Amino acid sequence: MKPVISVHDEPRLSYVKYVAGFFGSIALTLCAYLLATHLSVDKNILAALLAVLAISQFVLQMFLFLHIGDERGPRLRMAAAGLMLAVVLILVLGSMWIMNNLNYRMTPQQINQYMRSQDSL
Amino acid sequence: MSNANAAAIELRREHEATEKTTIGFWVYLMTDCVLFASLFAVYAVLHGNTIGGPDGHQLFKLPYVLTETFALLLSSFTCGLAMLAAQKGAKHEVLFWLGVTGLLGLTFLGLELHEFRDLVLQGDSWRRSGFLSSYFVLVGTHGMHITFGLIWMVIMGVYVWKKGLTASIRKRLTLLSLFWHFLDVIWIFIFTIVYLYGSLGL
Repeated sequence: MKPVISVHDEPRLSYVKYVAGFFGSIALTLCAYLLATHLSVDKNILAALLAVLAISQFVLQMFLFLHIGDERGPRLRMAAAGLMLAVVLILVLGSMWIMNNLNYRMTPQQINQYMRSQDSL
Repeated sequence: MSNANAAAIELRREHEATEKTTIGFWVYLMTDCVLFASLFAVYAVLHGNTIGGPDGHQLFKLPYVLTETFALLLSSFTCGLAMLAAQKGAKHEVLFWLGVTGLLGLTFLGLELHEFRDLVLQGDSWRRSGFLSSYFVLVGTHGMHITFGLIWMVIMGVYVWKKGLTASIRKRLTLLSLFWHFLDVIWIFIFTIVYLYGSLGL
């Protein structure tokens, strides 16, 4: 015999989640903006801070707006998102790594400088 | 009792159909992410190539971009409110929030196009430098997605108005909301990497 299926089985969207997601995102965006415009520390430290804020907002919106955590059973959406993240990181970091190490992209001046530095070795 | 059970099974079946479609659409969104990732990679590589032209620090007006960001974020929130209304079955509320979302999206797009127009008029179009080419392609692709999202939103508004909140229309609204929230997620990174990093001269 089939069990009685409750109507409330369907995951419900909640008002609280949307409000939390909205104010959380506003706060993180404002934080990032104020840090970028008012904080005078080393640029690399500032860039790292801004990256942390952006990633926090990404995670926040993935869970509260895109409901990635609400899945039942096999977490197919979560798995697809994980694969996407891996591809994105390989693509972006890989491109930057390769392109920043290509001597072909140097200006003639840089090439001369580079050759001079190699000569002195 | 058996009637209630049948209705519940029907609801469950509807929910499962929605779930399947959602996963398919989700896979599309993830591949779209890879498209944006390749454009981000191009921007990351080319953003320093200004050949004597202006860089991000000279071009970007942060308060203006912050306004754009808030318009988009607010539209993402009101899109969520439309979904909550759809869940309640409140047709007019859905139409209202869809309308608000559309107007905010249009505001965002208008601000972005105005920014593009200013850049082009002052001679800093995509033809100026590698940096500007990659900037226009990355931000423009996002803007194009927003445009298609707005067209889709108008179509859904007409559907909801004419046909009411049927199962199939609620399913499509769910997909639209995923698309819209997804565009806001992409914007987080455009805001941080293009505008904030750009204004720091990174």
